[in-house]
Amino acid sequence: MGMTLTEKILARHAGKTSVVPGDNIWVDVDLLMTHDVCGPGTIGVFKDHFGKNAKVWDRHKVVVIPDHYIFTADEKCHRNVDILRDFVKEQDLPYYYDVGSEKYKGVCHIALPEEGHTRPGEVLFGTDSHTCTAGAFGEFATGIGNTDAGFILGTGKLWVRVPETMRFVFEGPLPPYLMAKDLILQIIGDIGVDGAIYRAMEFSGDGVFSLNIEERMTLCNMVIEAGGKNGVIEPDDVTVNFVKSKTKKPFEIVKNDSSAKYFYEKVYKTKDLEPVVAKPHSPDNKALVRKVEGTPLDRAYVGSCTGGKITDFIAAAKILKGRKAKIDLFIVPATTEVDRNLDKEKIDGMTLREIFKEAGGRMGDASCAACLGGPTDTFGRLNKAEVCISTTNRNFPGRMGSKQAQVYLASPYTVAASAVEGKITDPRKFL
Amino acid sequence: MKKQIRGKCYVVGDDIDTDQIIPAQYLSYSLSLPEERKMYARFALSGIPEKNQGLPEGGRPFVREGEFKSDYTVVLAGKNFGCGSSREHASFCMREAGIKAVVAEFYSRIFFRNSVNGGYLIPFESDGRLVENVKTGDEVEIDVKANTFENISSGKTFHLKPLGEVLPIIEAGDVFKYAKTKGMMK
Repeated sequence: MGMTLTEKILARHAGKTSVVPGDNIWVDVDLLMTHDVCGPGTIGVFKDHFGKNAKVWDRHKVVVIPDHYIFTADEKCHRNVDILRDFVKEQDLPYYYDVGSEKYKGVCHIALPEEGHTRPGEVLFGTDSHTCTAGAFGEFATGIGNTDAGFILGTGKLWVRVPETMRFVFEGPLPPYLMAKDLILQIIGDIGVDGAIYRAMEFSGDGVFSLNIEERMTLCNMVIEAGGKNGVIEPDDVTVNFVKSKTKKPFEIVKNDSSAKYFYEKVYKTKDLEPVVAKPHSPDNKALVRKVEGTPLDRAYVGSCTGGKITDFIAAAKILKGRKAKIDLFIVPATTEVDRNLDKEKIDGMTLREIFKEAGGRMGDASCAACLGGPTDTFGRLNKAEVCISTTNRNFPGRMGSKQAQVYLASPYTVAASAVEGKITDPRKFL
Repeated sequence: MKKQIRGKCYVVGDDIDTDQIIPAQYLSYSLSLPEERKMYARFALSGIPEKNQGLPEGGRPFVREGEFKSDYTVVLAGKNFGCGSSREHASFCMREAGIKAVVAEFYSRIFFRNSVNGGYLIPFESDGRLVENVKTGDEVEIDVKANTFENISSGKTFHLKPLGEVLPIIEAGDVFKYAKTKGMMK
């Protein structure tokens, strides 16, 4: 029987010729990623169960990226980075991106591809739910907890249940006012925050294959917000060219069998879609932007693994150029590379950084920052009953700080347009 | 594995995500140092808005101010419990507060895995929605072998779905003990 690309990758990593959804299998892991929030716990689990002097199964397959609580006065956060640093030294791990060093990156899901760690056909686990972002590179990637990660550190294996695949097809190139964020918010609104639990979400159609690699990452990034296990896009020339520009490691392209079976399929015509937001307090609380236009706002936020890539900042800058934000505007590049590119990318001779500064934007350092609230001194954190429109991924109560705050999720276009007007605004006004 | 789990029940609604279970500002506490790990119990379920804390009335904190244990033994929830981030601190904080089992219509994948593989608590799935059948503070008993959930306060008994393929891991204690029974670990 034909297999989907998710099924094929899992079968190969379990040493099987075929698998079907529902099978419980043990897979060999190509890469484990951890960070400062879940790394210390993962290391603790590993030492508890494999011994104080145990060595990780393969030091070339472990990537450690501190990114969550970096620019804070909270000493416990610094202590947690110290735990990572000591472990990396003890295990002699080659892939560590230390705080305060030239190697520091920022948000792990964006740092992984920048550093060549995402490759088609592989199995990647990470101690963060947005690890699914890497499915944009045609691999199986999903988030796990400390126990599973500690188990992998010792054995290089993990049991997984083979997921059914739901396929979302976008026909036609994206109109100039839509971004990948609109597409994924549309899907989550349609199927709900529990619409894909335990399932793979595959994105296809010429609309998807016309997207650049960063926009594809945005699609896969938010599958977890529908409960999805992994998001995935079949690799094409865009994927291969990107990956080859970042790593010399060999990889194998895996594609869907033509006879693959899908649990569900939905076709969208992109020309029929409009900019959308997710209203408070759930990512599936979808509304057309034009239906909520005029909603008063206190803050606009552009950042995170979902909306802090250079593509996101180019989009926001297109609208913000020559305009001022009427509300607080926070700009947080996902990684140091994105940060540097704010000075390289230009629109009509002005760098993105200059555009944001002129618009009144407050510039943050590369990290997860206020996407998930974090320590109370986190840059951009919502500390009271504020209303924020954000390019981030979640808006459950308290996600960005105070549980009295309200968060609207939207594309960088919509966030920028809303910042200019000080209220929710359809970006078509400026495009 | 205990055959019966009995105690007071704490009732919450749908889509309780990990930021409501344990807000991100507390994740810097150590999971191993006793003085810090007790803070996880202190702040367990503290991110739930007050009106939804302990249904049906709300306004009933899961852990009382200044305490490090909850009065409750079982959490009853609606759909999609534990959605959101992969933080294992979510299962951990509930165990630290004294929770032995959660009963929900269904779970997010990662919370379910963490609870089972880490051996923190048993994530039962109810056979249909039970949230409206129990009040926070009701005495309940789960029969782990018979897969039943009894509201002792009201005298009503409900079916739970069998634990199925994860039962061997729960019976072993956690994924490490299970792997040892399978010869995958020494």
